[in-house]
Amino acid sequence: MSLLIKNARLVDGSGELGTADVLVAEGRIASLSGGDAARVVEAAGKVLAPALTDPHAHLRTPGQEVKEDLASGLRAAARGGYGAVLAMPNTDPVVQEPEQVQALLDEARKIPGARLFAAAALTRDQAGERLTPAALLAQAGASLLTDDGRTNEDAGVLARGLIYAGAAGLPVAVHAEDAGLRGGGVMNDGRLAAELGLSGNPHEAEAARVARDLEVLRYAVRKLEPLGRRPLLYFQHVSSARSVELIRAARAEGLPVCGEATPHHLTLSEDAWRDFDPLLKVAPPLRTTADVEALAGALEAGDLCAIGTDHAPHTRAEKERDLESAPFGIPSLEVAFALLYTELVAKRGLPLPVLIERMTSGPRRALGLEPARLEVGAPADLMLFDPGLERSVEPEKFISKARYSPWAGWRLSGWPLLTLVAGKEVWRDAAVA
Amino acid sequence: MGALTHLLDFEGWDRAQAENLLETARLMEEVLERPMKKVPALKGFTVATVFFEPSTRTKISFELAARRMSADVVGFSKAGSSLAKGESFKDTLLTLQAMALDAYVIRAPVAGMVHQAARWLRGVVVNAGDGRRAHPTQALLDAYTLLDDLGGLDGKKVAIIGDIANSRVARSNAQLLPLLGATVWAAGPAGLLPEDLPGARLTADLDEALEDADAVMVLRLQRERMGEGTLPSLREYVADYQVTAKRLARAKPTAPLLHPGPMNRDVEIEGALADGPQSRVERQVRAGEAVRMAVLYHLLVGRAA
Repeated sequence: MSLLIKNARLVDGSGELGTADVLVAEGRIASLSGGDAARVVEAAGKVLAPALTDPHAHLRTPGQEVKEDLASGLRAAARGGYGAVLAMPNTDPVVQEPEQVQALLDEARKIPGARLFAAAALTRDQAGERLTPAALLAQAGASLLTDDGRTNEDAGVLARGLIYAGAAGLPVAVHAEDAGLRGGGVMNDGRLAAELGLSGNPHEAEAARVARDLEVLRYAVRKLEPLGRRPLLYFQHVSSARSVELIRAARAEGLPVCGEATPHHLTLSEDAWRDFDPLLKVAPPLRTTADVEALAGALEAGDLCAIGTDHAPHTRAEKERDLESAPFGIPSLEVAFALLYTELVAKRGLPLPVLIERMTSGPRRALGLEPARLEVGAPADLMLFDPGLERSVEPEKFISKARYSPWAGWRLSGWPLLTLVAGKEVWRDAAVA
Repeated sequence: MGALTHLLDFEGWDRAQAENLLETARLMEEVLERPMKKVPALKGFTVATVFFEPSTRTKISFELAARRMSADVVGFSKAGSSLAKGESFKDTLLTLQAMALDAYVIRAPVAGMVHQAARWLRGVVVNAGDGRRAHPTQALLDAYTLLDDLGGLDGKKVAIIGDIANSRVARSNAQLLPLLGATVWAAGPAGLLPEDLPGARLTADLDEALEDADAVMVLRLQRERMGEGTLPSLREYVADYQVTAKRLARAKPTAPLLHPGPMNRDVEIEGALADGPQSRVERQVRAGEAVRMAVLYHLLVGRAA
C-alpha cells in the first residue's frame, strides 16, 4: 500500500534536506516530490528521518523471555523509532551456532516491529576460551560477534577472534572492562562510592582494557593486512573521558575502531546514586558529570561513532533487590530518541543531523551496512517525529516487558509518531490521524 | 527543626538535634538505674527487629530498649526465615507491614537497603547498620560514652583505628562527632582506607592518629578481608596497627578506649587493654540501650517537651 507523507522536514545523517512530500511505494522511497497514494499523512512541523538502528540491545531470546522476548522487544523498538535492532547473544543458551542465528532471524520476520540483526558469541558460551565459527555464523546471517556481558580476559583469544571475524567480514564488539580492577564494583569508584559505602568500579578498569584492546587490534590489523582484510573493533557503552581519549587517538591514527555511547551514560551521572535505587545499576557504571560532558563532546566530534541503547530489561522484582544482588542494566528502547533529542539537541544544541547520523548511518557503518539516506530508491525504513510534542516518560505504558525507567516522569519532546520498515507501519502513535 | 521520620544516617542533622537526642538518652538511662526498669512510654506500639544479617548484641539491645518502654516486640532474622526459601527482601518487608507494625529496626548487609525499605514501608525505619554505610545508633552510643568521660567534645581529638574503608561505625562516627565539636582522625592500612571519609582526616600512620588523642576507638578487623585480598597479611596488620598499651601511651593518659564489639582480642587490640582502666566497652553496651530507647521514643512519640 502506498503512503504519502506531506510537508515533512527531511533530515538524515548527511544533513537537513528541506521540506518535501515523500511517496512510499513497494517498500521504497518512490518520490520526494509527491504523487498519488492510498493514504496521506500530513506532517507539517514534523521531522522525517531514516528509521534508527540500535547496534546493542538485549532481547533476551532464547531462554529469558520473562524479561523480554522478540515480539515485545522489536515492537518496543519500533515505538522508539527504531527500524532495526542488533540483539546480543548472552541468552540462555548463548547464541553461537549458525542454526540458532537462522532460527532467530526467521522468527523475527513474523513480528510486526523493527528488523532483527543477530549477534553471535565470539567464544563458546562466552567463556573467553574457544572461538565460535565466525565464517559459518556470517553465512547464517550474523551481523557481529561479541561476548558482551562478559569481559574478554585473554588477549590472545581476542586477537584470534578479531582475525577470524575480520576474515569473515564481521565486526567484533567488546565489553571493555578489566575484570580484576572492576572487582565487585556496583557504582562508579570514587569519593561518592566511598561516602555511600558501596563498592566502586573504577573508570581505570575500562580505560586499561580499551588501551590493551587497541594494541590487540593493531596486531590483528597487521596479521590480516596480507589478506587484504581489516578487522573492526567496536567498543560498547564507552563511559569515561579517558576511554574517549584513547579511542580518539586510535581513530586519528587510522585504526579501524568505533566507540559507542549509550543514552544513560549521556544523560545520567553517578550523583543519582544518592537515591540508592537499583534501577541505576548498570555496567559500566554511571560516571561523573565531567565524563558525561566528555561523552557528549565526543559524540558530536565523531570520536564516538554510534549510539547503542544497551537496552537491558530485567524483571521488576530483580531490579528491586538490594544494590549488590540486583542485576546490571537499564531498558531504554522506547525513550532513547526522545531523551537524546531533548537533552542533546534541544538543550545542548547538538545539530539534529549529527544525532540522526549517530543513530542511523554511524551504527550501520560499524555493522558493514550502507549509510541510511532519504533518497529515491532507498528502502522505506523511516521514522517521523514531532519536535514540539512534549510528554512525560510513563514506563507503565511501555511495550517492553521492563516497565520501569530511571527517566520516569522526565518531560521529553521529539517522540516518534510513525515508524516504517520496508514501507510497512510498525508503529503509529495515537497523535497521528 | 522538624521531627525525625526515620533514622537512616545523620544526613541533614544539626548539633541541637544530636544534643537533644543524647539528652533524652540521659533520661532513659535514669530509667535503667531504677529497680523497676520499665516505663509506659511506648505502650501500644509494636516494634519489629528485622535482621537480614546476623547480629546478637544490636538486636538484643534494640529489643530490650523497646520493652523497657512497654512496646510489643517481634523479631525477624534471616536464618530459618522465608528469605532462605527465596523470598525477596521487599516481599518480606511487605508481609511484616501487613501485621500492623509501627517501627522497623533494620540490619542489612548492603548499603541503601534501609532507604529502599523506607520507600516501601509506611512505618518508621531505624537503621541498625546497612552494609559499610551507616550505623547511626552505634555512633550515638559512642558519642554518649565519650560525653560521659570528656564532658563535651569541642576541640577534642578522637582517633578511629582499623578497617576504615569497610566500617559503617567509622562512617557514622565521622558524621556525628564533628557535629558535636570533635576532630576525627581515622587510621588504618592504606588498602583499608577509603578515598574519602567525610568528617574525618585520613592517615596510614597510627602514631599520628593517636598522638595526644582525647579518645581512641578501635574497630573490629573482619578476617574476611584476607580472603578478598584487601589485607595481605594479618601478621603485618598486628605489627603495624594493633592498639597496644605502648602505642596508646601517645594518647592522653586518661583517654577512653572504645570498641564496638565483638572484639578480636590480640588482633586489633591488645587483650589486656580491653580489661584495663581506659576500656569503656561495657559502658558502651549500657549506653547503647539508653540511646536506642531515646531513638525509638523520638521517632514514635516525638520530641520530649
